[in-house]
Amino acid sequence: MLKFLTGFGMYWMLLGKVFSKPEKSSIYYRQTMKELVNLGLRSIGIITIISFAMGAVITLQTAYNTENPIYPTYLIGLGCRDSIILEFSSTMVALILAGKVGSSIASEIGTMRVTEQIDALELMGVNSASYLILPKVIATLLFNPLLTLLSIFVGIIGGWIAGTSAGVITTQEYIYGIQYAFIPYYITYSLIKTLVFAFIIASISSYQGYYVEGGSLEVGRASTKAVVYSSVMILLFNVILTQLLLS
Amino acid sequence: MIRADNISLSLGDREVLKDVSATFEPGQTNLIIGKSGSGKTVFMKCLVGLHEIDQGEIWYDDVLFSGLDFSAMKEIRKEMGMLFQGSALFDSMTVEENVRFPLDMFSDMSYGEKLDRVNFCLERVNIINSNRLFPSELSGGMKKRVAIARAIVLKPRYLFCDEPNSGLDPKTAILIDELIKEITVELNMTTIVNTHDMNSVMENGEKIIFIEDGQKCWEGNKNEILTSDCKILNDFVFANALAKQLRETSHQ
Repeated sequence: MLKFLTGFGMYWMLLGKVFSKPEKSSIYYRQTMKELVNLGLRSIGIITIISFAMGAVITLQTAYNTENPIYPTYLIGLGCRDSIILEFSSTMVALILAGKVGSSIASEIGTMRVTEQIDALELMGVNSASYLILPKVIATLLFNPLLTLLSIFVGIIGGWIAGTSAGVITTQEYIYGIQYAFIPYYITYSLIKTLVFAFIIASISSYQGYYVEGGSLEVGRASTKAVVYSSVMILLFNVILTQLLLS
Repeated sequence: MIRADNISLSLGDREVLKDVSATFEPGQTNLIIGKSGSGKTVFMKCLVGLHEIDQGEIWYDDVLFSGLDFSAMKEIRKEMGMLFQGSALFDSMTVEENVRFPLDMFSDMSYGEKLDRVNFCLERVNIINSNRLFPSELSGGMKKRVAIARAIVLKPRYLFCDEPNSGLDPKTAILIDELIKEITVELNMTTIVNTHDMNSVMENGEKIIFIEDGQKCWEGNKNEILTSDCKILNDFVFANALAKQLRETSHQ
């Protein structure tokens, strides 16, 4: 319990350092651009592949589990759309990014810690926490919503291709289904969750890396912890936000 | 001038520094020597504020450094340069970007002026035509020299070197020692070097502090070290066979 409270306190103190006034905004801007490429653009591939596959599977699963003449076929499209918007493209994508981006952040910062690069920054008079972490937080907050929107789009396309290819739904029915009873607020809900999850991934992973002590073994452990803790917090906040935003 | 008064520090349950006091003068190379694990690096990290001390005071000229908050400490840190044991070059940056980094952060120079300063510092440490290389493409000696260039790029008043020639061959180690000695005089810096290399001691030891088990056991210079009657110091200085033989020869 004491260890948890200490860790919790250190996490908030680190955030205090992260959000203090940047030394030179032009340098931070440059760093943020780099992080947008590293953490954002380089995640497009995996998000596209997984979203396409998930959209396809959701459509097929819905179709094979609702083989009942009472249900109109266009509900397959509706089910696919709502599953993707409400849960898959925000929560599932966040869990995937916790694995990809979270481990990358923790290992990068952790390696800098054990090789004294963070000490070197501090010694130069640079606020190392802000210099290293703030651009990552900003980059994930800016780019993850775009990844979510991409995921929604690709997932729905995946569902359409799989559904029509397997002959479980026609294009007209699918399009009618994804337009039927559409609630635009669901997109807002999904993006709000994405922003919270992006902050969780960037801040928890950075914290795990920043306070590494030891060598390469500990960096590996920090990377694992970053993924596990980020994932647990994402699942916890998913429940809280769903209750707050949809009730 | 840097002055440490009665510094004590515990890390966990272990008392790493016990009441260590020392004064380091500008324009000379001050050495801290001692066995591995004796507390040299911790002492140096206390001097630069990377470890918070439990007791004592650290003065930079007439400023009480150990009592400053982060933002006030930052102002003095801008006048410090440090060469870390593993060089601590930024992996994601090229040689040029590494050396330019302090200028980008703390100067209002134009890009051209920065580049001139970077090239001057790199030439000073004999690194030529390597601006575009990454740290992973450099040898151990080159990394140390680039780290020295980065440390002196802002013309610091205080230079700290943590085991600058560890892991280097004897010839490169001598080159690094000579470089540190030369730039100390050129820039009139207060230079503090942690080492357990006896060649460095005999070359650069204008002032030497010997630390054993977190305590300062001896203080003197390179001439006095050979004739000291401090047993622990003698055990350290004359640990290898060659040194022992030389001592016996000189006694005969």
